[in-house]
Amino acid sequence: MASEHGEVVTTIDYIQHHLQNMTYGKLPAGYVRADGTVMESSGWTLAHSSTEAQSMGMQAFHLDTLGWGIVLGVIVLFIFHRVAKTASVDTPRGLQSFVELLVEFIDGMVKELFHFKSNFVAPLALTVFSWVFMMNLMDLIPVDWLPHAAQVATGDAHLFFKVVPTTDPNATMGMAFTVFGLMIFFSIREKGLWGFIKELTCHPFFAPKDKWFLNIILVPFNVILEVSGLLAKPLSLGLRLFGNMYAAEVIFILIALTYSAGLFLGLLGGLMQLSWLIFHILVVPLQAFIFMVLTVVYMGMAFDNHDEAH
Amino acid sequence: MNINYTIFGQSLTFLIFVFFCMKYVWPALIGVMAEREKRIAEGLDAANRADKDLVLAQKDATKRIAAAKEQAAKIVEQANQRATSIVEESKETAKVEGERIKAGAHAEIDREISQAREELRGKVSSLALSGAEKILGTSIDISSHNAMLDKLASEL
Repeated sequence: MASEHGEVVTTIDYIQHHLQNMTYGKLPAGYVRADGTVMESSGWTLAHSSTEAQSMGMQAFHLDTLGWGIVLGVIVLFIFHRVAKTASVDTPRGLQSFVELLVEFIDGMVKELFHFKSNFVAPLALTVFSWVFMMNLMDLIPVDWLPHAAQVATGDAHLFFKVVPTTDPNATMGMAFTVFGLMIFFSIREKGLWGFIKELTCHPFFAPKDKWFLNIILVPFNVILEVSGLLAKPLSLGLRLFGNMYAAEVIFILIALTYSAGLFLGLLGGLMQLSWLIFHILVVPLQAFIFMVLTVVYMGMAFDNHDEAH
Repeated sequence: MNINYTIFGQSLTFLIFVFFCMKYVWPALIGVMAEREKRIAEGLDAANRADKDLVLAQKDATKRIAAAKEQAAKIVEQANQRATSIVEESKETAKVEGERIKAGAHAEIDREISQAREELRGKVSSLALSGAEKILGTSIDISSHNAMLDKLASEL
């Protein structure tokens, strides 16, 4: 890069700052902080730099991810709850017809993908879809608005504030592993522990009774195949959503960089942001939809009792 | 981008939201929608029934009108027949009456003719006598010539 060294650093800083969550975690005693002070005793504190957040390791919370997640979920569920409470059987109006449209859409989807009796899967799908949609939707707000507002409000110019929870792998993997846990729970509940184990060991290859000794070779093979297949489900579920939203966020941040690079590039950046935004309007519901559909499909697999014959 | 406790926080939030949705949102909304669906289905059913009823009523009405028309035509025909028969009857009666009157008249005429003949018969002998007296210039004894006179009268 031809420009002077300092500007490169600030550009990298800008990007890094935007990709750092507001981390509240535990630092060990004697830790040298970003401003040079030393932690006298180990304790919980807000991270002032990415390095500090890194050092906190597992013992930390992303306040922005959790906070926005809860706020958005509560907004959605509050609206749903109010509609459900005041819903009339007669002509639905306004918000009620919108919510009913959504419920009907989800219900149809679940009926199509999930052929078992459960009063859990449809509400799960509705929650997943609406919540992920809301979290993704935060991506459409220009990247600097809310972080800047938070910085002004708190008076801390270095406050980390990421407003899109789905660009945090903690959020997406948290949801994906919850889905995974539910899968295992329903698998064992529907097929029994033995049935679940059989599903992992006797599929897809199983020798008939008269050649039972072949199973000694086949079972380990099946276990490797099935367990990796099982584990791939939550990983792909969570990483797909995270990857899509994170990449989009990075592109928004890169586009936002052009605003500080003169009038021409700024205008070009505006145009790029608009087009990326319009494209993103498609991605936001699509990713929420994919997450919902896969959740329902995985639930269907968990309920599926296909190896009754063995 | 570190994995930390946030992942558990998000899991817990997720489960709470799902539970809330399952308990307080989904059943109420689905219930309302099912209720409405039922109501609409019933309404459509009723409309269908009403339609069928209308068709049936229309059929019934057409049938009744046709029957009434038929009956009216029959009555008119009957009336016509009756009228013709009355005319025929009256013609017949008139003819018979005419015949009867004619026969009566004939009888009267016959009776009058015979009466006139009787009268004439009564008078013919005296007339013949007076004529003969005039011719002969003498009187004639009635009793002597009675037989001849009676013969003359019977010839009339």
